[in-house]
Amino acid sequence: MAEFEPVLFARINKPDSASLATYKADGGYSRLEEFLKLDPADITAQVKNAGLRGRGGAGFPTGLKWTFLPKDHKGPIYLAVNADESEPGTFNNRYLMEKDPHQLIEGIILACRAIRCNMAYIYLRYEYGDSYRILEEAIQECRDAGILGDNICGSGFALDIVVHRGAAAYICGEETGLIESLEGKRAWPRIKPPFPAIEGLFRKPTIVNNVETLCCVTHILYRGVDWFRSIGVQPDPNNPRDPGSLGPKLYCISGHVNKPGCVELPLGVTARELIDNHAGGVWKGRRAKAVVPGGISMGFLSADELDIPLDFAGPGSAGCLGLGTAAVVVVDDQTSMVDVLYNCCRFMAHESCGQCTPCREGTQWMTRILERIRDGRGRLEDLDLLLEVAGSMGIIPGTTICGLSDGAAWPVKNAINKFRSEFEEYIKKQSPSVTSAQKLMMAAH
Amino acid sequence: MTVLSEEIRDRIRAEFPKYPNKRAVTLPALHIVHDTLRAVSREAIVEIADLLELHPAEVHDTMTFYNFFKTEENPQGKNRVWFCRSISCMLRGGEELLENICQKYNVTPGHTTEDGAVTVEFAECLGACEGAPCILVDDVCHMDMTTESTSKLIDEL
Ligand SMILES: Cc1cc2nc3c(=O)[nH]c(=O)nc-3n(C[C@H](O)[C@H](O)[C@H](O)COP(=O)(O)O)c2cc1C
Ligand code: SF4
Ligand code: FES
Repeated sequence: MAEFEPVLFARINKPDSASLATYKADGGYSRLEEFLKLDPADITAQVKNAGLRGRGGAGFPTGLKWTFLPKDHKGPIYLAVNADESEPGTFNNRYLMEKDPHQLIEGIILACRAIRCNMAYIYLRYEYGDSYRILEEAIQECRDAGILGDNICGSGFALDIVVHRGAAAYICGEETGLIESLEGKRAWPRIKPPFPAIEGLFRKPTIVNNVETLCCVTHILYRGVDWFRSIGVQPDPNNPRDPGSLGPKLYCISGHVNKPGCVELPLGVTARELIDNHAGGVWKGRRAKAVVPGGISMGFLSADELDIPLDFAGPGSAGCLGLGTAAVVVVDDQTSMVDVLYNCCRFMAHESCGQCTPCREGTQWMTRILERIRDGRGRLEDLDLLLEVAGSMGIIPGTTICGLSDGAAWPVKNAINKFRSEFEEYIKKQSPSVTSAQKLMMAAH
Repeated sequence: MTVLSEEIRDRIRAEFPKYPNKRAVTLPALHIVHDTLRAVSREAIVEIADLLELHPAEVHDTMTFYNFFKTEENPQGKNRVWFCRSISCMLRGGEELLENICQKYNVTPGHTTEDGAVTVEFAECLGACEGAPCILVDDVCHMDMTTESTSKLIDEL
């Protein structure tokens, strides 16, 4: 296979890559005027035909989502750019916003033209202070240059972009939690339907898309549908409902590897390739015991599942929840899965918004049970109890409003099913093994 | 006596044109007040509500959901330092880093050093896992931290 050429990351190592001047010098915005003359439906069709699937976690086909908007809607339509990026292990959106904000802005303009939106909000997690300042500056540069405003590049199309900062809550990444938060309320996800495309932000039709998804839109327009479809994993010809896993993807690699980082590759690389070829191998000469395939919500791959392709279908075939954010976290063979699972459960208990009883109570119960196990007071029955609690919470069993709960259940299911003997041995020892530092984390969650 | 200065009020009002209604300015307003006053007091909530044409209970409800905004009973110190405790940082020593700093500065997470200089906080994944363990000083991230480099940073604040 020919060496893959990064596209989303083509510019990130250049000097001053965030400025309008360098973006334009590299050909950015050069065809914006031409694209704004296209029929909006034409842009949507290109994105649809390219087979772009959302990069925010769910993998929903982007062009298809745009077609759910009501036709000939009179009132405002909104785009909410999901820049809340809070799934543990995930940091690709941060690179895109800090290193190449104009690539994102151009994607936003094109998407807004397609969906006939004149006001886009970027919901940005508070912790990304540098992203905030860089985006604000880039947006102002565009306003000054007539790339945003009442009459973009003389096309008659009007658009402004507002950056809205969050306040450190993971649930604001869930699309309807995001909408509620932007409206100035607690970020309680909404019951769907109605989906945001019908009734979203400020009760108006709204599209929510991830930062990386929108950056892909820019390149689909410039390089074409065929280029995008030539990358990644093709749809299964025997399954007309498989949209495939097309295009480039930013994979994050962190945890116990020698060179953690973010790398752009065709969809479908394996965890082993990522670890060995792009992250310098597992640290300290150790082996991987478990690998998170796409943020902790997706669960774990065991050491003998590392050759599964990390495309939209791969992790699911190994019992994980899905590809998620393609954020790979490597756990070495000297680390206790009890500690790792505790960390996941503690996170979810802390971040549950509390609306749905199975999620609010379930995440707390699972955390408490693991605390007891770590305290040397575990019982072997606790493992089935954990599985029972995990099995009862989430959209998949149909007991909760949003997917946080599925993401809380999956690490538990995978850890206990794939590493059960380790949990049993830990419990049988009946001796507390928590360090004082770990105790500090247990003090508050 | 009002707690929100005219300057703060102007900054809040400057947010209005960005949104179709004033309620959407709740988070921006809370940030503006918190950044300046290092806490959002009960009186400030009433005044924000007044500006946004909301009931104070609505502003309070939103504010308390986020656990981010300090109250007058436990205001933020001069700076706030957040320690990531999520998976990638935990795997690379984040928990021990936080413990060492808490011991060294005699403070517990969620609280402020006696001299009022630094508030220490737990953080969940800061989105900088390639630099684990990492910390956030106010809203600026610092990666690959050790107890030494963190202490140095804190001492220079
Ligand atoms: C608990 C939870 C947290 C989420 N966090 C994010 C996030 O931080 N960023 C994101 O883009 N999508 C996140 N999502 C997915 C969004 O709900 C939504 O599917 C996505 O933003 C749609 O954009 P896309 O189609 O471009 O991927 C989250 C979902 C859930 C259930
Ligand atoms: S599933 Fe959990 S996070 Fe989602 S709405 Fe229900 S309680 Fe909130
Ligand atoms: S886990 Fe600490 S920054 Fe992601």
